[in-house]
Amino acid sequence: MAHDHHSGVEEASHQAMGEEHEHPTWREYKWVALILTLITVIEVWVYYTPFKQSTMFVPVLLGMSAVKFAIVVAFYMHLKYDHKLFRTLFIGPLIIAISTLTALLFLFSKFKY
Amino acid sequence: MATAAVSPPQPHVKEYPTNGVWSWLATVDHKRIGMLYLVTALCWFAVGGLEAVIMRMQLQGPNGHVVSAETFNQLFTMHGTTMIFLVVMPLSAAFFNFLIPLQIGARDVAFPRLNAFSYWVFLFGSLFLNFSWIVGSAPNGGWFGYAPLTTLAFSPGLNIDFWLLGLQILGVSSLAAAFNFITTIINMRAPGMTLMRMPMFTWMSFVVQFLLVLAFPVITIALVFLQFDRFFGTTFYTPGAGGDPLLWQHLFWVFGHPEVYILILPAFGLVSEILPTFSRKPLFGYAVMVFSGILIAFLGFGVWAHHMFAVGMGPIADSLFAVSTMLIAIPTGVKIFNWIFTMWGGTIRFTVAMKYAIALVGLFVIGGISGVMHASPPADLQQTDTYFIVAHFHYVLVAGSLMGLWGGIYYYFPKITGRLLSEKIGNWHFWLNFIGVNLTFMPMHWSGLYGMPRRIYTYPTDQGWDLFNMMSSVGAYLQVVAGLFFAYNIIKSWRGGQIAGDNPWGAPSLEWSIPSPAPDYNFAQIPTVTSRYPLWDVASPAVPSDAISSGPLKTSRELGIPMPNPTIRPLFVALFLVLMFASLLLIHKDMFWVAIGGVITFALAMTLTLYSWLLTPLEDAH
Amino acid sequence: MTTAAVPHQAHPPTTTGLDHRKVAIWAFIGSECMLFASLISTYLIYKGKSVVGPFPHESWTDPATGHVLQPILNIPVTSMSTFVLLMSSLFMVLALEAVENKNKPAYQGTLRGNSSFWLMATALAGATFLGFQAFEFTSFVHEGLTIRRNLFGSSFFTLTGFHGAHVTAGVLWLLTLYSIDKKRGLGPKDAVLVDICALYWHFVDVVWIAIFTLVYLIS
Repeated sequence: MAHDHHSGVEEASHQAMGEEHEHPTWREYKWVALILTLITVIEVWVYYTPFKQSTMFVPVLLGMSAVKFAIVVAFYMHLKYDHKLFRTLFIGPLIIAISTLTALLFLFSKFKY
Repeated sequence: MATAAVSPPQPHVKEYPTNGVWSWLATVDHKRIGMLYLVTALCWFAVGGLEAVIMRMQLQGPNGHVVSAETFNQLFTMHGTTMIFLVVMPLSAAFFNFLIPLQIGARDVAFPRLNAFSYWVFLFGSLFLNFSWIVGSAPNGGWFGYAPLTTLAFSPGLNIDFWLLGLQILGVSSLAAAFNFITTIINMRAPGMTLMRMPMFTWMSFVVQFLLVLAFPVITIALVFLQFDRFFGTTFYTPGAGGDPLLWQHLFWVFGHPEVYILILPAFGLVSEILPTFSRKPLFGYAVMVFSGILIAFLGFGVWAHHMFAVGMGPIADSLFAVSTMLIAIPTGVKIFNWIFTMWGGTIRFTVAMKYAIALVGLFVIGGISGVMHASPPADLQQTDTYFIVAHFHYVLVAGSLMGLWGGIYYYFPKITGRLLSEKIGNWHFWLNFIGVNLTFMPMHWSGLYGMPRRIYTYPTDQGWDLFNMMSSVGAYLQVVAGLFFAYNIIKSWRGGQIAGDNPWGAPSLEWSIPSPAPDYNFAQIPTVTSRYPLWDVASPAVPSDAISSGPLKTSRELGIPMPNPTIRPLFVALFLVLMFASLLLIHKDMFWVAIGGVITFALAMTLTLYSWLLTPLEDAH
Repeated sequence: MTTAAVPHQAHPPTTTGLDHRKVAIWAFIGSECMLFASLISTYLIYKGKSVVGPFPHESWTDPATGHVLQPILNIPVTSMSTFVLLMSSLFMVLALEAVENKNKPAYQGTLRGNSSFWLMATALAGATFLGFQAFEFTSFVHEGLTIRRNLFGSSFFTLTGFHGAHVTAGVLWLLTLYSIDKKRGLGPKDAVLVDICALYWHFVDVVWIAIFTLVYLIS
């Protein structure tokens, strides 16, 4: 394909940059998949219990989703293992996105205070 | 540093013509793409300027009869949309394209074909938008298109459709370019060029790319909602169905405020290049300049609702946005002081470029002061929707962005063309421009505070606004004369100007170490950088002395530098993209299924051409 | 100019040692955060604001006809499609692993090393998810919820529609990689191509995690 001239140079600089290639293994990936499934099951299960009416329902659900989000990003998307640059490229926009969303919810009086 | 690794003869490298129309249509060279942006943007500047002049003729005196109210609405909408999206942004893009690889010591951008694609989308998008004039349906809802005025119920014609589709198209261009430049600046800097050694223009541009990448998706969605409301009957902005008109305003300004920093930061970057060179002093407080640029961008996402102080958000929201807006004046003010301290004690050369840079420093302060005045909600309740606001944003955009960009053109014209613009004609341009701009926009502070509303096509005679409007109109005509001097200067000097040489200004950064105009490969050898001012650093020069050009310029083949192949595919992908969007217009001509057919056909054509592009190697094997 | 010694400059290494395309895809993902944040914000802002039904979590009686419309979201079915999408991310990770380790003896001839299998598995899981979405959309329309019916319809279909369009593009990308793999084989040299597809795919999955919670589970 188009850019194969980079590969040889890249291998050398991989080592030079000390890019951590501690990969998660097949075992770890299976654990991640298991945990994701488990959390999803709990989320759906909780939806059908009386807990759904409590005020803690939304925060707990959001928390569980945040954990799923973080696990996929850290392990599947490799962010935990990759160059720090990618962390910056992702976390920055994520913060701005969440802040804007939160500000908009406040501005449209979605939080009763 | 090892230069040429000797290897067997290269396989036959196809030679592409470097002259002629095809070479321009198929170019992937960032310098040529920069020139295309420059020329196209200057043409749209003439169009946007004409729109302004007609408005000023209409408003010159009370009860004007030059144009109708409807035409006036189209004029101010198109003037704003053109100047923002078809002039200031593409002029900045011209500099991003031309300068960034040169300043960081690279041979091109990370994705040369994507770069070409961005330009062609811009060109076809701008033509699409202005095609609306030809069919008598130019956008007429203001450049900010507030719903529900822009919904089908209140704007049944094609005007707003042209506007929203045009902006969607232009958004694609800007986003693609932003991904390109982010990757380029992160990943293609010459050895030794750390982030804190980059020239200020590249730094400010880097910050701007992030603003683009984060702000444009938001207006994309705002426009999608309007598009769906108008074409598919959704109810996002329909109050009767529960829709909130403020949704548009919030989404638009979440984009719109970062947008104004997108408009000014590149000009700030150019000023930071020009002032040190013509003061023969390094920029004062480089690190602070970098961090204040980053802070402006970051804070810029937290001030948007200061455009909405009059809608009734409540005291808490008003106060929070007022404070954040006032805060943002601090890093901006810091830059002004740093520029002044750069000049202080320096040996000043008053070239035209320098005059424009100094003019920005002084006049932007005027725009900034009125801006801080708007930041107070109670004060803004009087100022909003009056000419006081018009005065503010024209000071920051015309006396700010545009003057910075004109300075940049005078400064970089020699690097682009190999010839200098005439200083003599340039002085006429500058002074007429300076007087004209101030004469046009200073009186607007008064007419605004005396109550003249925005976006009115005429006014009665007993309001006390007559004199100010007359002054503004005369100023506008002066700006036209200035513009003619500018055009004359460019046309005359492009082929006939004084030969410039590599570094006519004695400037410090890498782009001045190569010939003017630059060869297609930029650097015969990628330099190693050891300081912020490579060419002023006599002790450790960036470029080994044996590499300084003597004799005829070598070609990329002679130097063994692999160059990307020109290709016309980006142009066609761009064309099909624009035609795909344009097909939607047919929905409002009662041809729903023809429209959908058009969308699908062009989407397919676009995808197939895109596949062809992606499966074609960028360069010949080597 | 002799043919014996032709100078040839190699491309300079990238400043970070990273591939351009990987840097670009993360920048793109950052941008997509804002795109979906805008869509999700709108959905949340308009939650509960629809004037007429059907509604997501409550029933509604049509005052004109007296018809009672049940809450329209189907949590059990959507839980299944969510699970399918989560599994597709696992398959994607395995596809990348297979490509990266293609030349290692431990992987050759095994299922773990069969990159085409995992690429197709991911694509099929993605297509299954899209099938569920198509089923959901058509049943909603049959029950009276169109994109123009009310704010819920407008914001729901636009949000999930954009997500579905992203999944579709991802499936096309995966099928392209699959056919390249079948034709000439994808090896460690091509890992970055699969890597950027994977990053895109996982991000689309992660957006769905947010949508599933905010739209389906929270009422």
